[in-house]
Amino acid sequence: MALLQISEPGQTPDPHQRRIAVGIDLGTTHSLVAALRHGLPECLPGDDGRVILPSAVRYLGDGRRQIGAAALAAQAEDPANTLVSVKRFMGRSLADVADRARLPYAFVDHPGMVGIATREGEKSPVEVSAEILATLRQRAEDSFDTDELFGAVITVPAYFDDAQRQATKDAAQLAGLNVLRLLNEPTAAAIAYGLDNASEGLYAVYDLGGGTFDISLLRLARGVFEVVAVGGDSALGGDDYDHALAALLLQRAGLPPLEQLSPGDKRALLVEARAAKERLSGSEHTGVRCALTAGELALELAVADFEAATAPLTERTLTLLRRVLRDAKVKPADLAGVVMVGGSTRMPQVRRAVAGATGREPLTNLNPDEVVALGAAIQANALAGNSADGELLLLDVIPLSLGLETMGGLVERVIERNSSIPTAKAQDFTTYKDGQTAMAIHVVQGERELVADCRSLARFELRGIPPMTAGAARIRVTFQVDADGLLSVAAQELGSGVQAAITVKPSYGLGDDQIAAMLKSGFTEAEADMRRRALQEARVEGERMLLATASALDSDGDLLDEAERAGIDALMRQLREGIAGEDASAIEAATKTLAEGTEVLAARRMNRSIQQALTGRRLDDL
Amino acid sequence: MNISDTDFQIFDIPARYEQDLAQLDARWKALQREVHPDRFAAQGAAAQRVAMQWAVRVNEAYRRLKDPLARSAYLCELNGRSVDAHSNTAMPTDFLMQQMAWREQLEEARGLADVEALADEVAERQRHLHDELRQAIDERQDWDGAAQRVRSLMFVARFADDIDRRLDALDS
Repeated sequence: MALLQISEPGQTPDPHQRRIAVGIDLGTTHSLVAALRHGLPECLPGDDGRVILPSAVRYLGDGRRQIGAAALAAQAEDPANTLVSVKRFMGRSLADVADRARLPYAFVDHPGMVGIATREGEKSPVEVSAEILATLRQRAEDSFDTDELFGAVITVPAYFDDAQRQATKDAAQLAGLNVLRLLNEPTAAAIAYGLDNASEGLYAVYDLGGGTFDISLLRLARGVFEVVAVGGDSALGGDDYDHALAALLLQRAGLPPLEQLSPGDKRALLVEARAAKERLSGSEHTGVRCALTAGELALELAVADFEAATAPLTERTLTLLRRVLRDAKVKPADLAGVVMVGGSTRMPQVRRAVAGATGREPLTNLNPDEVVALGAAIQANALAGNSADGELLLLDVIPLSLGLETMGGLVERVIERNSSIPTAKAQDFTTYKDGQTAMAIHVVQGERELVADCRSLARFELRGIPPMTAGAARIRVTFQVDADGLLSVAAQELGSGVQAAITVKPSYGLGDDQIAAMLKSGFTEAEADMRRRALQEARVEGERMLLATASALDSDGDLLDEAERAGIDALMRQLREGIAGEDASAIEAATKTLAEGTEVLAARRMNRSIQQALTGRRLDDL
Repeated sequence: MNISDTDFQIFDIPARYEQDLAQLDARWKALQREVHPDRFAAQGAAAQRVAMQWAVRVNEAYRRLKDPLARSAYLCELNGRSVDAHSNTAMPTDFLMQQMAWREQLEEARGLADVEALADEVAERQRHLHDELRQAIDERQDWDGAAQRVRSLMFVARFADDIDRRLDALDS
C-alpha cells in the first residue's frame, strides 16, 4: 500500500523514513559503533576494515592528532602525548586516580576533573573522549552515506556515578552527537543476548572490561529488561591484571618496581604484559621479552604464576558479585544464566571463578568485545522510533545511593541504590540556628555513613529564608533522577516559597560555558562551520518538533477544543517560517514555544494512553 | 486516570494489605510501557516532560505498593491515621525490652553463624508482626492498631538493616 508522498522544499520530510541511530560502546581500551542493517545489529568497520577502534588519542602538535590503532602503536615512543584509557579519568579528580604514580602522564589537578598536559596544551578527559566519539560518528556517517545521524545511545558502566555519566554526555555533545540515552553496558549486553536467545528469567551479567567492573542482575521477560540490582567497581579491570603481571615480571627479573621506571619503559612493559596475558588465555606457558632502558627482561612465564599474582583481583569481583545477589535477595541457584561481557572475561581463571561462584557455566557465545555495542544499537533503533511500538522496554535502576550532608558530616540518604529510574524524592530539613537565612546544601553519592567517604556531587545554597526560630523553617529538598541516571536537585522553603535549583554539574564537571568554549576553541571546526552547524541543528530540532506535533494531532487531535487547536496551528506556522529563515536562535525560540504550547496536549494524550493500557489489561485479565 | 490519584487507583487494585505481587509487577510493567520517557525519545520536549512526571509517579507508587510496610503506612495515611514515625516514638515496654536484648546480642555476636541466627529470629518476628498487620487492616479496619504495628515494624526494619551491615562487613 505504497502511497506517493509529495514533499515540497521546507516541508516536513517523510515521517516513515528510517532514522539512522547508532549504539556506541565508549570503552576504556577500545570503542565500537554499531547500527541496524536489514533488521540486524552489526558493528561498523573503519577504513582499516576493523570494527574495534583502540581508545587512544595521540596529540602530534599543530592541531594534528592520531586516533585509534596509529596512536596506540606510538604509545611507547611518545607516552606523554598518547592518551589511553582516559575513561578511567572521566569525572574524576587527581586524588581519585589511585594508580597515578604508575601512569606516564603529566596530570594537572583541578577541583572537578583532572586534566592532562600534552604538547598541545592541557586536555580534559572529556575532550579526549570526544575525539574518539567524533571518529566513530564519522565512521557511521560514512557507512550510511549521510551527514545527519538521528542520534546515538552511548553506553556507560552501570556503576558509573553521576559525575562520570555527566562527563560522558558532555563528551558526546562535544562530538556533535544527539544523545538519545546513556545505557548501562551490562543492560546493553543483556539486550543483545536476550533478543538473540529469546531468554526469560533472572540473568547475571558479569562485565570485566579494560578499566571497569560491573555486575548486574536483570530479569528478562517478553521484551522487558528489568534491572534488579547493580554493583561493581569503576576502577577495576583488565588494566589492573596487566599492572599486576608487569609487577611480577619486574620482581622476577630483579628490576626496580614499576613506579620507578621511565614513562617509555612503563609503557613498553605494560604493552608486553598485556600481550603476554592474552597469550596465556590460550596456552600454559609463554616467553616474555622486553628491552627496557633499566635492563633487559627475558623470562618464561607459567599461567599458574599469572593466576596467582592476579587472584586477589578476581576475588574482588566475586565479593561484589555476592553482594549484588544479597542486595537482590536471591541465591546463585535462582539464576537462569550468567552472561560474560568484556575482553577480560576471556581469561580462563575468570571464567572458572565465575562458574565456581554461581554454579553455572557462563554464556560466552557472543563476542564479548562487540556485544555491548550491538545491544546499544538495538536500543538506539527503538528510541529513534524505527521498531514496532513498545517492542522493547528497559527498566533501569540507580547504581549508588544519593544523599545530603547533615550535621556532623553524616549522610542522610534520599534515594537508595537500586531504586527504579526515573525517580524523584523529597525530604524535609530545618534550620538549626535562630534567624538563619541561608542553608548550604551538599549533595553526595555513595553507600558510606560519612560524607568524607562518599563522592561529593554538588554544593549550593538556599538563600533568602525569612528569619525564624531554629527548627521552624521547613526546607524541602527534591532529588530527581532521569532515565539516564542523571540527577537534578531543587530546594524550597515551604513557608516563604524561596527556591533554589541546580542541575548537578558545576562542582565537578564542565559548565555549559566551558563546553561552549571548547567547541569554539576549534575542537573540530572553524567559526563559520560552527554557525552553520548551529543553524543546521536548530532546523533539525525544529523539524523534529513539527513532526512530533503533527503526528500527535493526527492521532489525538480530538483532545483539543477549537481555540486550543488554532493556537497550536499558529505556533507550528511560526516555527515553519523560522526554519525557512537563517536565524538559529529564532528557530530555537519558536521550537521551545511550540514545545510549551503542546504541553497540555501531551498530558491529555498520556492520560488517554494510560486509560487504554488499563482497559486493554482488564480485557486480558478476563 | 490522573497523576494525583492514589497508588491503588493508578494500579487499579483494591486498597488493602493483601496483594498479588505478580499482578503488581505485571501492572507496573504495563504502565511503564505506556509512560516511560524512552517511548517519547523522538516526540519532542513536551511529551518527554509529561512522560518523565508519569514515570516518576508510577515508580513511586510501585515502590510503596510492593513493600508491605510502606503499603500499610500509606493505607493508614489514606484512612486519616498518619504513622508519624518521627514524632510518635512511644512504644510498648516489652517491645522496647526486646529491641535492647537484640542489640546486645548483635554486639556480642562472634562470627557469621551468630549473626545469621539472630537474622533468622528477627525475620520470624517480622513475619508475625506482618500477620497481625494484615488482620488489623484487611479484617478489622483497625487503623490505630495498624499504625502501631507499622511503627513497631519500622523499628525492627532499622535493626534488620544493622544486621545486614554486619553481614556485609563479615563478608568483605
